[in-house]
Amino acid sequence: MSVAAAIKSRDAATLPGKRDEDWRWTDLRGLIRAVPEPSAPVTGDLGAGPFDALADEVIVVGNGVGAAHIDVLPGQTLAVALRIVSRGDGAHAARVSVSVEAGGSLILFESYEGEGAYLSQTGLIFNVGGGATVERIVLAADSADGVTVSQAEIDLAPNAAYAQTTLTSGARRQRLQTTVNHPGGHAALRLDGVYLLADKRHADLTTVVTHGGVDGVTTQLTKGVVRDQARGVFQGKIIVAEGADQTDARMGHHALVLSDRAEVDAKPELEIYADDVACAHGNTVGALDGDALFYARQRGIPELEARAMLTEAFIGQVVDRMEHEGARHVIRAWATERLRG
Amino acid sequence: MLSVSNLHAEVDGKAILKGLSLDVPAGEVHAIMGPNGAGKSTLSYVLTGRSGYDVTDGGATLDGEDLLALAPNERAAKGVFLSFQYPLEIPGVPALTFIRTALNAQRKARGEAEITAPAFLKLARTKAAELKIDFDMLKRALNVGFSGGEKKRMEIFQMAMLSPRFLILDETDSGLDIDALRIVADGVNALRSPERAMLIITHYQRLLDYIKPDRVHVLAGGRIVASGGPDLALELEREGYDKYARAA
Repeated sequence: MSVAAAIKSRDAATLPGKRDEDWRWTDLRGLIRAVPEPSAPVTGDLGAGPFDALADEVIVVGNGVGAAHIDVLPGQTLAVALRIVSRGDGAHAARVSVSVEAGGSLILFESYEGEGAYLSQTGLIFNVGGGATVERIVLAADSADGVTVSQAEIDLAPNAAYAQTTLTSGARRQRLQTTVNHPGGHAALRLDGVYLLADKRHADLTTVVTHGGVDGVTTQLTKGVVRDQARGVFQGKIIVAEGADQTDARMGHHALVLSDRAEVDAKPELEIYADDVACAHGNTVGALDGDALFYARQRGIPELEARAMLTEAFIGQVVDRMEHEGARHVIRAWATERLRG
Repeated sequence: MLSVSNLHAEVDGKAILKGLSLDVPAGEVHAIMGPNGAGKSTLSYVLTGRSGYDVTDGGATLDGEDLLALAPNERAAKGVFLSFQYPLEIPGVPALTFIRTALNAQRKARGEAEITAPAFLKLARTKAAELKIDFDMLKRALNVGFSGGEKKRMEIFQMAMLSPRFLILDETDSGLDIDALRIVADGVNALRSPERAMLIITHYQRLLDYIKPDRVHVLAGGRIVASGGPDLALELEREGYDKYARAA
């Protein structure tokens, strides 16, 4: 049962939960006894979004209101800030559709901005045409009491290039999910993620990529830092269908666990039904390297600063892969505040 | 300058240093030689404060101040520098960023103003040229993908940039070919001064052909078992450590 339908019907029993294999680490059904009342419309001044200054156009979806369509015409270049805003303690769902026609170019700055104990679902559909390019940067700044589900479905045409970086500080419970239909045909996909979690926050980055045709490239790098009693979840699945030869798919997930009570659950999966492919995945979960820490301190860097420097550098390897320079600055500042604040 | 007295230290409950005493006055270069497992690296880590190296008795002072009571970064700010036997790779942190952070942290700890960016870059260019280090290498993540010799050269570069007062070189010659050894030795010799002292830890005499020590000590079984002038190193090279290992 979908989260959007459960919100609409207000039937908490139909929310996904730990009995659903894909949701076992992000149990909504066990968390939410009753679906809250529908959210009231958002009123008042929202202030500026994190990416407003970088965008040609700003679209606000407040408590599910304001169905958004973004269309990029052939040959057009557009930078859009999409602000998904949640306020209050109600439940709401929103739908966003994005179409980038052949040869078009879109930079989408998608921010989740939450205050309150809401239940929010956002469904996004992307159609990316031949030779089109998309860079999607998702910054999820939910509240500690909010529950957020974001589900994006991406259809790529041959020769399309789609790059995504999802960055989150988590929520009471949060799932940021991306499903990609990869046609091969020299289409290139990058799916990256960063989670920086403290207190009792939870974030789940789930991706499913299906390679359906020959000559497709996918590269994935997700890094996480969890402290206190936070919990990070990474589920990455790459399916290479029969006949999708010459697929090149690489997935990496690496997490730093900075306290005894923090937790990371990771499930990288490769399902390969084609013969001639290059696929690899790497997964590490551990503490900060004590030897590197001592080395930095021996050079005179105090322990807290050394820890922050090494942790920022760990995350920086994902941030450096973002193509938009202005966004990299915004994200570095966000990460610094999270790691040093 | 450095005074170590009756130092006892253990690692994982195993005694490694067993009453080591040593004085290195300002202006002097002392070499510590000894067989594998004698405690040479343990001495360097105890002096710099690595965790897991527990001092059970004795002490060490720098200019009369209790060194062992200070955190590793505080010792660095006092001027203690260790050139690591195996320098660490620091992914994601460019060498220049790392060194500028370290230099400014030390200056802050000493109550000095931060070095300006232009002054820092000028200093880095000068020192890199002296050590024949390609400046572009300093923009790369520190030691990541560097060869063994490049890492050792980078240690000496950091040493030149941070300008420490008490230098510990732990097996600095390992992994260096003869040309690199000469460059590194020139870099170390350039730092010799009446205000500085050095402790050179080495298994082989070779490095001491390039960095002439004032005193040579033999470390065996966790203690200094013999001390002498530069000739002692030559004798060790000829005759080996056997008689000292037995004496320990």
